Parts: sequence; structure tokens; C-alpha cells
Amino acid sequence: MPGLNTTSTADISFMLLIFFLVTSSMDSDWGLPRQLPTPEDHSQEQEVVVKKRNALCVKLNADGHLTCNDEAIEVGDLTKRVEDFVANAKHDPMLPEMSQREVHLLGLCQVSDRHVIMIDVHPEATYDAYFQMQHAIVEGYNNLRNQLAVLRFGHPFPACNAEQRDAINMVYPQRISEQTICQEGGVQ
Amino acid sequence: MKRGVFRRRRHDMPGLNTAALPDLIFTVLFFFMIVTHMRDVNPQVRYQVPQGTELQKLTHKSAVSYIYIGRVKGAPVDSFYIQLNDKLATIGDIKSYVEQERAQMSSDDQPRMTVSIKADRDVPYGIISGVKQALQESFALKINYSASKK
Repeated sequence: MPGLNTTSTADISFMLLIFFLVTSSMDSDWGLPRQLPTPEDHSQEQEVVVKKRNALCVKLNADGHLTCNDEAIEVGDLTKRVEDFVANAKHDPMLPEMSQREVHLLGLCQVSDRHVIMIDVHPEATYDAYFQMQHAIVEGYNNLRNQLAVLRFGHPFPACNAEQRDAINMVYPQRISEQTICQEGGVQ
Repeated sequence: MKRGVFRRRRHDMPGLNTAALPDLIFTVLFFFMIVTHMRDVNPQVRYQVPQGTELQKLTHKSAVSYIYIGRVKGAPVDSFYIQLNDKLATIGDIKSYVEQERAQMSSDDQPRMTVSIKADRDVPYGIISGVKQALQESFALKINYSASKK
């Protein structure tokens, strides 16, 4: 009995292989995750009074220029500005108030939970300018969180476990508010 | 000792045994079948996403829906279109799109539903803002600004 001729099996599977190679996309998606606030009932909108020292107003106008508390700023400098603003390491009376809080794993520490970054974007500004602004702010937060993580846990923030992350997020919560949308909270 | 006599040996070259070749190729094939997911929409809009460094990888692909915003071939350069699934749409269609996507997801995926916005760099912020508002109203609160690594 002659064996079954399997010479063409290779060709057939090659064709399948090429089909999958062509139709599939290997690209992994990267992006900047954000959490939108829940839609609010406009009938019971309430004014929230924020002290001047607790607010950082970032404005992006139509031609892509950034202003930060009414002074012009470059995107590259915004990260540093956000870091200084959120951390307020020197307890500057012009920068946000800190509150003493007992944080799990970290003990009693200064928590920056009063600050608000207010974003106001002109509708004609480009998406890229908006993205770079958001990116700079997130970078500022990430740098602070990283510093704290290295200081207290000995490894950077992405290497922390969920419990440690929660503790750090408690110290540096992302409090960003957009003009068109009321409150855009941080991603954990 | 006799010299000069060489017996000409006839050697048959044995054919290369290719019996294992299909198995090898099948292995590669299965690898590709497992690691890939099918491209489910063909993009009709052209877009170039912004670049950044503080990006996170999008996990749970089955819980991700996409909104594409970009230029359409042949249309004026400064007009931008929104694409949902395979067709162009308007901001008003987003709500029903989100509901439809949510209905298709398993109950595990529904709470972690993420909408990935793949928008061109030059899209005016007004459109993005409108899209965000529509997403907010339909309770798709996890969004992701798609970008490429710098």
C-alpha cells in the first residue's frame, strides 16, 4: 500500500499562514487613558468655590498657545509647573493647601487633595495641542508618583502592587477639571 | 597493491526528507492564529495619532470600542469625519453605537468597556469635545486617547 502523498500539505498550510499574516494586525494599541466624570443633572448644577491658591488654570487658545494662570508657558515647562503645583514641597502659601492624612502603608503624610487643575480649551485648538497638554499634566503626576514610590517602596510606580498604588494615588490624586465637562477624574 | 583503479561508485543522492515541513509550518500558523486578532473594520478615514511617552498599553481588547476621526480621501483637507464601525457617522450616532457595542460584550467586559479615540492630530478640539460629551451621556466613561510611542 503506497503512503498517502503529503507533499502539498506544506503548500496548503503556507497559504493559510500567508492569509493570517495579511489579515491580522499585530500592532498593539497604546494610548493615554482617561476617566470621564459621570454626567450630571444640569438642573441641580452647583457652584464649587475653589480657593485661588488651590487652582491652576491652564488655557489652550485657538492657535495652540498655552497659558498657565494667565502667563504664557511652553508645553515642555508645563510638566514641571504641574509637579511644583501639586507637590507644594516648600509649603508655599501661594500653592495648594495640603492636609494631614493617615494613609495605609505610608503612615501620616501630607496629602495634596485640595488642588484642582482647570483646563480650558478653545474649540478650534488642534487635537495634538490638547493631547500634548494632557500628556504634560499626566507626566507631571507620574513623575511625582514615581518619586514617592522610589522613596517609600524602593521601586518605580509601575512596579508597585495594587495596594501600594492606591496609597500613592491617595497622596497625589489626579484632580483635573475641564471647562466643557465638569470634572475629569484621574485614572487609577 | 594495484594503483589507478578506482571503482566508480554510484551514489544515489537521497531526497531531502520533507515529511516534517508541514508540521513546522502548522506550528507557525497556529502561533499566528493565536496571537493575532482580525482587523474588524477597514478604516475609511485617514489619521495620524499624536505621540507621547507616558502611554499605557490597551488591555482587554474585547472590551474596547473604537472611534476614528480623520480626513476622508477626496474631501477638503480641513474637514474631518467620524467613523464608527464601517461607515461614516455623526456625533448623534455615538450614543446608539455605544449601546450596540455594549450589548455585544460579555457581562465580564461591560464594566471595563473602554472607548479608544483614534483621532488625527489636526482635528479641532470642538469635535473631540462633542464626542466626549456624547460618550459621557451614554455612560462610556473610560476613554483612551490613542497615541504612538515617541
